[in-house]
Amino acid sequence: MDFEPSDDQRLLLESVSRLLADNYGFAQRKTYLARPEGYSTDMWSKFAELGLLGLPFAEEYGGFGGGAQEVMLVMQAFGRVLVLEPFLSTVVLGGTAITTAGSDAQKKALLPVIAEGGLKLAFAHGERQARYDLTDVVTTAKRNGGGWVLDGSKTVVSHGEAADRLIVSARTSGERYDEDRITLFLVDTAAPGVARRGYATRDETRAADFSLSNAAGEVLGEVGRGLAIIEKIVEAGIAATAAETVGAMETMNEMTLEYSKTRVQFGQPIGSYQVVQHRLADMFMAQEQGRSMAMLATMSVDNADDTERRHDFALAKVGVGQAGRYVSQSAVQMHGGIGMTEEYAVGHYFRRCMVIERLFGDPAYYLQRLANEIT
Amino acid sequence: MDLRFTPEEIAFRQEVRAFIRDNLPTDIHAKMKLGNGPSKEDTVRWQRILNAKGWAGLSWPKEWGGPGWTAIQKMIFLEENQMAPAPELSSFNITMIGPVLLQFGTEEQKQRFLPRAANLDDWWCQGFSEPGAGSDLASLKTAAKLDGDHYVVNGQKIWTSTAHHADWCFVLVRTNPNARKRQEGISFLLVDMKTPGITVRPIISIDGSHHLNEVFFDDVKVPANLRVHEENKGWDVAKYLLGNERTGIARLGKSRERVNASIDLAHKVNMNGQPLIADPVFRQRVAQLQVDMKALEITQYRVVSAFDKAKGAGRPDPLSSVLKVKGTELLQATTELAVDVAGPMATPIWAEELAAMNEQDELLEAGSASTGSYLFLRAASIYGGTNEIQKNILTKAVLGL
Repeated sequence: MDFEPSDDQRLLLESVSRLLADNYGFAQRKTYLARPEGYSTDMWSKFAELGLLGLPFAEEYGGFGGGAQEVMLVMQAFGRVLVLEPFLSTVVLGGTAITTAGSDAQKKALLPVIAEGGLKLAFAHGERQARYDLTDVVTTAKRNGGGWVLDGSKTVVSHGEAADRLIVSARTSGERYDEDRITLFLVDTAAPGVARRGYATRDETRAADFSLSNAAGEVLGEVGRGLAIIEKIVEAGIAATAAETVGAMETMNEMTLEYSKTRVQFGQPIGSYQVVQHRLADMFMAQEQGRSMAMLATMSVDNADDTERRHDFALAKVGVGQAGRYVSQSAVQMHGGIGMTEEYAVGHYFRRCMVIERLFGDPAYYLQRLANEIT
Repeated sequence: MDLRFTPEEIAFRQEVRAFIRDNLPTDIHAKMKLGNGPSKEDTVRWQRILNAKGWAGLSWPKEWGGPGWTAIQKMIFLEENQMAPAPELSSFNITMIGPVLLQFGTEEQKQRFLPRAANLDDWWCQGFSEPGAGSDLASLKTAAKLDGDHYVVNGQKIWTSTAHHADWCFVLVRTNPNARKRQEGISFLLVDMKTPGITVRPIISIDGSHHLNEVFFDDVKVPANLRVHEENKGWDVAKYLLGNERTGIARLGKSRERVNASIDLAHKVNMNGQPLIADPVFRQRVAQLQVDMKALEITQYRVVSAFDKAKGAGRPDPLSSVLKVKGTELLQATTELAVDVAGPMATPIWAEELAAMNEQDELLEAGSASTGSYLFLRAASIYGGTNEIQKNILTKAVLGL
């Protein structure tokens, strides 16, 4: 076991941190939010220049050749400043789908373009009725000549508003909840039969609902064997957002500490009161326990033992979710009234953590899964 | 960064597990599996078996009989030993006085005490707390006056675990009552418990056991060559000792063992006409504990791995306070789980009746023993610096408040 980043990883982290320090102050971030896309296309280009958009792709596909650890370091840095750009959906979720299931031709066609910043993806899996059940898919796909057409609806697709292509799950046969017979498709969001309704989620990123009616799709992976790929995508997403939560917790804890030193009540900084100090200590402990769980998720991404990997992801999702919830709620509480305002940053971190908790299944869902495993 | 165990570490775990399985005396194992603590004799027997194997020294260097393990290997050993469950090594001998003598002791002190400490030929105890000096340890009053070649010690220590078993005690004493800062007037002495003037009085704890004591010092003569480190520098020794104590204090293996025992027992007791193990509330509670244990396990590896990297040169990691707080919270939560599983069988004090039974009743014995560890481990968040003091340490060391 070795928890120290390598020299290359340290360099990566330094260059990402420097880019964000120069370009991602809270006031700057507000200007990105005000743009029509709801994020900064300039930043997107800068991410591409730095190699971040090809971070986990092999070098032969124009990538950086990194893995889950590099994604963890970058997502943690993104979490510290609440990055708005569609990195998670494009590089982590979409990227995992293509690297896991894509044919060599698909990889050659898509990965280099993603790495250059020319293609944005979103993972369109969730449906209204499904909540967190990965097998609850009623969108259908049927053969049409040499290809496939899809019918159905997908909801709360993260960064769906910006996406050029979607990774869509659909049933090629079978019933709702069947584990087999789900297939993944690449769908062009500009294709006929694709209707998009974009909106903001509570964390201010732009999501979308899609309805598909006879929309053309290109098979990604093996027909009927989509669930295993979906699991891989979800696991990569859990690991990445766990790291993002750690970054968000760090910033909330730093803000709260700073506030406790400067806010004076009853003639003294509130940080001089032991009740506040102990809450800060609890927040720090939650952050560190959460960091440990984010590391667990990262080290599990490539674990070939299915049972152990699923178990560890469930542990990590619960642990990080609970830590993020505790730190967010405490950060607002320790700030008092100012923490309730839209103007102040801490509430924005609170809401991002709240949204992350609900991506890919919440702590209660995974706690239930763990409970079911006990023999 | 490699967040997995190396093949060597996995093989090491197998080796430790196999050794414990093959060498732990069956009578000790059977008794502990039910949740009973080991007797003095059990602890001595097991530590001598481990010492013969060269494993008792844990973090000690090889030249002093240590196994030469990395900190990760040390954690793996502790976990396996606790999960077995087997008697734990005497922490006073192995993680307190041993490292203190290695760091601050004279050659003569090391030669005289270390081999006997490893083999548990000497049973050590810790004379730190006093009636007026608990969390505020530096306010201690037990006085030592130098008189020629020896100190004369007068005063009282309290909460002295296993003093009634002990051959030796390491004691914090005040050698300069006029020091500018209270911490600067304290020295660290090694005291033979057979010295005239020492009186040990039992304190029975809420689990009914005799573990704690009061120790009175009445004109006790201690040779000056049994002082460790310089006079009035005893606080540095105590800080070193407490920092060292912290990394082993999470006792995660013990928490895991209690959860496993609770799951075993939950198959044998009923709830609403079916085994308790089928109850969703029970299962969720176990699942939550698994989450918390995993988080602590990885935090612990982060701390010891950083310690390994610093080659022992680093100061105690403030994260070790997290281990203390979270580790003891888990010890308490897992022993509480075992008691709740035992249900009404957790209430009787069975010891004598059980001993008199011709046929042993495992359920009854497990229930009764679970309560013993539940009650005793209420102390876990108090000893070694209360959890509230740990939060003060975090506030200062990490947050800078």
